[in-house]
Amino acid sequence: MNIKKAKEDAIHFIFLILGLIAVGSVLVITIYLVISGLPAIREIGLADFLFGRRWASTAAEPEYGILPFILTSIYGTAGAIVIGVPIGFFAAVYLAKMAPRKVCRVMELCIGVLAGIPSVVYGLVGMLILIPAIMNIFNVPDGASLLAAIIVLAVMILPSVINVSLTSLQAVPREYEEASLALGATSTETYFKVTVPAAKSGIFTAIVLGIGRAIGEAMAVMMVAGNVANMPSLFQSVRFLTTAVASEMSYSSGLQRQALFSIALVLFFFIMLINATLLLIKKRSQEQ
Amino acid sequence: MKKILAIALVALCAVGFAFANGASESTQNVSTDGSTSMEAVIGSLAEAFMIEHPEITVTYNPTGSGSGITAVQEGRCDIGLSSRALHDDEKAAGLTETVLALDGIAIIVNNSNPVTDLTLEQIADIYTGKIINWSEVGGNDGAIVLIGREAGSGTRDGFESITGTEDLCQYRQELTSTGDVITTVSTNPNAIGYASLSAVSDSTKTLAVNGVLPSEETVLSGEYLVQRPFVMATRSGEALSDAAQMFYDYALSSEAAPIIAGAGAVPLN
Repeated sequence: MNIKKAKEDAIHFIFLILGLIAVGSVLVITIYLVISGLPAIREIGLADFLFGRRWASTAAEPEYGILPFILTSIYGTAGAIVIGVPIGFFAAVYLAKMAPRKVCRVMELCIGVLAGIPSVVYGLVGMLILIPAIMNIFNVPDGASLLAAIIVLAVMILPSVINVSLTSLQAVPREYEEASLALGATSTETYFKVTVPAAKSGIFTAIVLGIGRAIGEAMAVMMVAGNVANMPSLFQSVRFLTTAVASEMSYSSGLQRQALFSIALVLFFFIMLINATLLLIKKRSQEQ
Repeated sequence: MKKILAIALVALCAVGFAFANGASESTQNVSTDGSTSMEAVIGSLAEAFMIEHPEITVTYNPTGSGSGITAVQEGRCDIGLSSRALHDDEKAAGLTETVLALDGIAIIVNNSNPVTDLTLEQIADIYTGKIINWSEVGGNDGAIVLIGREAGSGTRDGFESITGTEDLCQYRQELTSTGDVITTVSTNPNAIGYASLSAVSDSTKTLAVNGVLPSEETVLSGEYLVQRPFVMATRSGEALSDAAQMFYDYALSSEAAPIIAGAGAVPLN
C-alpha cells in the first residue's frame, strides 16, 4: 500500500517539476528583461526614451528615442485589425452558419495551412509580390512601407481570428437560433441579432489574440516595412518595436544593446497589457 | 519504484559523463578583438584553424575597430582587428599593422537601369539626398530609392566611411542582410544599394566607380575605390604567444586564402 502511495507521490512530483518549467521560464524571462532593460532607460531618461522622436543608435552623438517605433507598432497593429478582423469574422460566420459541409471542410483545411506557414514565407512573398504591387498601384518610388506591413499582418492574423470566432459561434446553443427563427426572423437576422451577440466574448477574444499576434510579429514585418526609423506614415518606410530589436541586435554593443533590451521591455509591457485584457474578457464572460 | 530508481541512476550517469568530457585537458588560447565587419573572415579562419589545432582555442570579441585597437594596445587581447588602416599616431603608440585581406563593396542597381558609372562624389550626393532623381546622373526619370544596411552592419560602416556619409544617409530601406539588399534592388527599377563584392550576382547590375568596375584585380591594385583593408594589429617589439603566432602565420598563409575568399574578402596572399 505504501509503495503505491510513494509511486503516486513521485509521479505527482515529476509532473509538478514539469509544470514549474513553464512558470520558471516566464519568471526568468521577465526578471532578465527587467534587469537588462532598466539601465538604458535610467541612462537615457524615461521621457527621452519613450517620447524621443529620433533614433540614431550608432551616430557620433547617439539618440535613443523610440516614439516612432511605438507609434508604428500601434498603427500597424490597428491597421491589421481593421482589415483582418472583418474578413476573419465574416468568414467565421459563413463557415459556422451558411457554408455547405464540403466547402466548410476545404476552407478549414486552408485556414490550418495558413496558420502553419512560417512568417519568413509571408515576408518573402510580401517582398517579392506585395512591395512591387504597391509600388505600381500607388505610383510610389518604393513599396516597402507601413501599408505593406499592415497587409501582411492582416493576412497573418486571419487564422487565429477565424478559428476563435468559429469556435465561439458554434458554441451558441441551437435553441437560441430556433427560438428566433420561430418568431419569424430570417436566418440572416438570426445570425447577426442572436448568434453573434451570444458569441460576443469569443469574438472579442479573437480580436485580442489577433492584436497579440500582430504586435509580436518581427520576421515578416522586417522584410516588408523598410526598417527606417521614420515617424509612421502609410507609404513611408517604418520600423516596429519588434524589428527595432531584431535588426540591430546582432552587431550592437554598449548602450545601444542595452537600449534594445529596453525596447524589448516596452514591447513586453504591451503584451502583458494585451494578456490582461484577455483575462478580463474571460472573467466577464464567465460572470454572465 | 525500481524502474524509477533505475532511470534516475542512468540519468545521473549521463550527466556525470557529460561533465567529465567537458573538463578535459587545458587548452591554449588566442584572443582577437575588434571589427565587426571581419566577423565572417575571422570566424571561418578560426574554425578551420581549430580543426587543425584542436588544442588551441581562438576567441573573437566583436567590439568594433576602435575598441579592438585599444584592446591590443592595452594588452587585453593577442591580435587587434581593424577594418581600416591604422592611423599614424596608433603606429607611433607601438602597434604594427598587417593587412590580412581587402574588402570591396559593390554599388548595385537594377538591371533595367541604364546608368553604368558613377563617381564617388555622385554616390555620396545620392546617399545624402543632394541628388534625388536618376535623370541627374544620366539615367531615366525616376526618384532614386536608397537601400542600405542596418546600423552596426560592417558593410554599412565601410560604405559610409569610404564615401564620407556617416550619419548623413537618407535611407528608404534599411535591410538586415546582403541577400535582402540584392533582392530588393533586383525588384525595384529605381533602387541603388551596396553589398559585399563576393555576394553580388547577375540579378543586379554592378556599377563602375570613377570608371573602374570592382573585381578581385581592381580591388587588389587599389584602382577600385570603394574598398578597405582588414588589418591585424599587434604590439611592435613584443613576441606573440606561440599559439597566437601560429594563428597569425596561418591567417597569412596561402592555405588560408580560399577561406578568406569564401568569407567574402579579397586575400592578399
